[in-house]
Amino acid sequence: MIRLEKRPQPSRAWSMATPLVAVLATMVMGGLLFATLGKNPVEAIRTIFWEPLFGEFAFYYRPQLLVKGAPLVLIAIGLSLGFRAGIWNIGAEGQYIIGALTGAGVGLAFYPTESWIIFPLMVLAGAFGGWAWAMIPAVLKTRFGTNEILVSLMLVYVAEQLLASMSLGLMKNPEGFGFPGSRNLQQYDSAHNAELIAGTGMHWGVVAALIAVIFSYVLLNRHMLGYHIRLTGEAPRAAKFAGVKPARLILFCLGASGALAGLAGMFEVSGPSGQVSIDFNVGYGFTAIIVAFLGRLHPVGILLAGALMALTYIGGDIAQGNLGLPSAAIQVFQGMLLFFLLALDLLTNYRIAIGKPEVA
Amino acid sequence: MSTPPLLTIEGLTKAYPGVVANDHVSFTIGEGEVHALLGENGAGKSTLVKMIYGLVKPDSGRMTLRGAAYEPAEPRQARADGIAMVFQHFSLFDALNVAENIALGMENPPALRDLAARIREVSEAYGLPLDPFRTVGDLSAGERQRVEIIRCLLQDPKLLIMDEPTSVLTPQEVEILFETLKKLKSEGTSILYISHKLEEIRALCDHATILRLGKNVGECVPRDTSARDMAELMVGTALKTPERGAREFGDVALDISGLSVPAPSAFGTTLKNVHLAVRRGEILGIGGVAGNGQDELLAVMSGEVTCARDAVKFDGKPIGHMGPTARRALGVLTAPEERLGHAAAPDMSLTENALLTGSVREGLDNNGFLKWGATRTFAEKIIKAFDVRTPGPENAARSLSGGNLQKFVIGREVLQRPEVLVVNQPTWGVDAAAAAAIRQALLDLAANGAAVICISQDLDELMEISDNFAALNEGRLSAPRPTAELTVDEIGLMMGGAHGMEVAHV
Repeated sequence: MIRLEKRPQPSRAWSMATPLVAVLATMVMGGLLFATLGKNPVEAIRTIFWEPLFGEFAFYYRPQLLVKGAPLVLIAIGLSLGFRAGIWNIGAEGQYIIGALTGAGVGLAFYPTESWIIFPLMVLAGAFGGWAWAMIPAVLKTRFGTNEILVSLMLVYVAEQLLASMSLGLMKNPEGFGFPGSRNLQQYDSAHNAELIAGTGMHWGVVAALIAVIFSYVLLNRHMLGYHIRLTGEAPRAAKFAGVKPARLILFCLGASGALAGLAGMFEVSGPSGQVSIDFNVGYGFTAIIVAFLGRLHPVGILLAGALMALTYIGGDIAQGNLGLPSAAIQVFQGMLLFFLLALDLLTNYRIAIGKPEVA
Repeated sequence: MSTPPLLTIEGLTKAYPGVVANDHVSFTIGEGEVHALLGENGAGKSTLVKMIYGLVKPDSGRMTLRGAAYEPAEPRQARADGIAMVFQHFSLFDALNVAENIALGMENPPALRDLAARIREVSEAYGLPLDPFRTVGDLSAGERQRVEIIRCLLQDPKLLIMDEPTSVLTPQEVEILFETLKKLKSEGTSILYISHKLEEIRALCDHATILRLGKNVGECVPRDTSARDMAELMVGTALKTPERGAREFGDVALDISGLSVPAPSAFGTTLKNVHLAVRRGEILGIGGVAGNGQDELLAVMSGEVTCARDAVKFDGKPIGHMGPTARRALGVLTAPEERLGHAAAPDMSLTENALLTGSVREGLDNNGFLKWGATRTFAEKIIKAFDVRTPGPENAARSLSGGNLQKFVIGREVLQRPEVLVVNQPTWGVDAAAAAAIRQALLDLAANGAAVICISQDLDELMEISDNFAALNEGRLSAPRPTAELTVDEIGLMMGGAHGMEVAHV
């Protein structure tokens, strides 16, 4: 008989190894899936994981990795702080949208003035917008004990309506021939989040994501606040005993994740996307939840997970185009990755034992 | 006794990875005998009774029940063979009533009304009054234990195993329990009684088997053996009794007056008009049956629950509104009862757990940035000073045994040079030698001028170390009285658990 035995302490080795094993298992099972669909599994896996990095058109795909990975990492780092403490911000997508609106709003308000101060102001406005949107569930939770999961999630839909309203109304390009959407910020130098090195995909958002990773690492490992975040997540009663004020922690964690999501939105709208439009948001805020868990809620893990997730997105797109794989199969493949990761995570705290149980 | 023994155990052995829980243990229990199983925590008592009750399968050895081989594969079979067990931790559902709880544990429960009648009959016959239709959530610990006992008695057992039954009872309740057990014995039921309370065993048991580190190290007739001799057999060395030393009482350090705090949860206790004052150099013992407001009282002193400014004073300054960090800065330290999850974070290392309460007084952070080196040194100091058995401070708190973690948790506070130290159940689950060390540390603290409040359910402990004694009952604290003047009966009345209790009519 096979059963699970609790380890006396979490296994460090397994905690490191599970992401790798999960990726391998996903490749095997995904390959089987593609084979049953009548595709060559080796070629499909190769297309997803190899083509974007080292294929013929890698010069085009590699920058895309940074462009797609940066917002994921930036948002996931913020979410991981709250998730560590058991504070569940599910509404990063909404904070991302609001950050884009406030950031773009500041830029559009200055149009057509050119000044170096405009872009930094947009950055601040984007962070503030996301922070303010996240403060709604935070204040409601600390004041009235509402559930932050529901409130933050519902506010995503409110933010989407706001986005639609803005792109059709207040922020609509007056010279846009009646088409929905704002002016294109890529054509407005002071507000453009341009590539720092041409052809690399490296923009300010990527820099911000890397800074966030370092900042979060230092916070969690070297600072009392990070210690309190971890303590609250692992043993809420012990945290209270240690003197942690839960309300302050909720405000900090939701605020920080909101601000980072807002930043991500702002960098996106002023850079790769360029304009406020109805279909501006593509689900980074939700995917970042997966990235946060895939990365073990650890800053460095999130960096790697963000890169991996971006890779499967881009690789998935190529596989769809080149091999004619249905998009549903790609989504199943991505779902498998998360499933294996969470399932194998069990091995960090449990070991598999074979034999008869000691206690009936 | 001329009849063949009820249960014979020969060479029972059970090994777990890394530890031999039972090593060739043999003894016999006669018909109608009350047999004590004595030993420290970790001596292998629980494993042994689990084997008898069919919860654990022995690696080798034989058990014989009334001359026939006895190899229970599961508790159901043990029960069918007439063996019943009352566990230390109750397995009852708070939201169900007594009869429903008992029906849940039966193979073929009769109609609830018939069962209720049976429960009444048995409970009256054995002097354990119990209303079958009361909700278990409303019962005291003593009454809950009666539910468990009656559940067993309904099976008409030949052997009743009781695991530390008196740890949750007041002295009066203990007396009632003993009358019940004596009546059972007079009817021919054998009892296997597990405890480390020696006086109880001397009062009740015919025979005692003493286990140490899984081995049978001796047998005795408790009536003819002194408690000290039995204790030394248990521990294996001569016991060191904590020395009280003469102490001078100084000014009042912690003063609580007119404190009322509503219950924090549906199953919590409301504190009602609590007054207490403890002077420097004094140890105030607070007794009472579990669940009468101990956790709530500790939370008010630690600052986890804040109250009116003037309700709690330290050195005359109001601190009722302060949180745990501010109080630690002043020197008011606490150690809660629940080790895992409250006093310590289970999955964090001992170093990280040293930081949990030590950051303020030990200066383990610099403007919020943590000094891991200093924290590790502090953790190592605790481990060394309190003999915490662990490979090192990087191990997770949950990897330590309960007693070892308790030493760490108490040591963490004691080493921070408290002005006031409040501990709840400081030696719960700790072996005798370590318990003596912890008590000595508390006495030394008081001798050095700290005020100590020791909340405990172990009356022997409170009698041993406290200068004054007060009892908690349903959230009310009795007026403190000098411990030396108190008799056990008076303590029992102060604990007040005796409402509506009667001794079995035998």
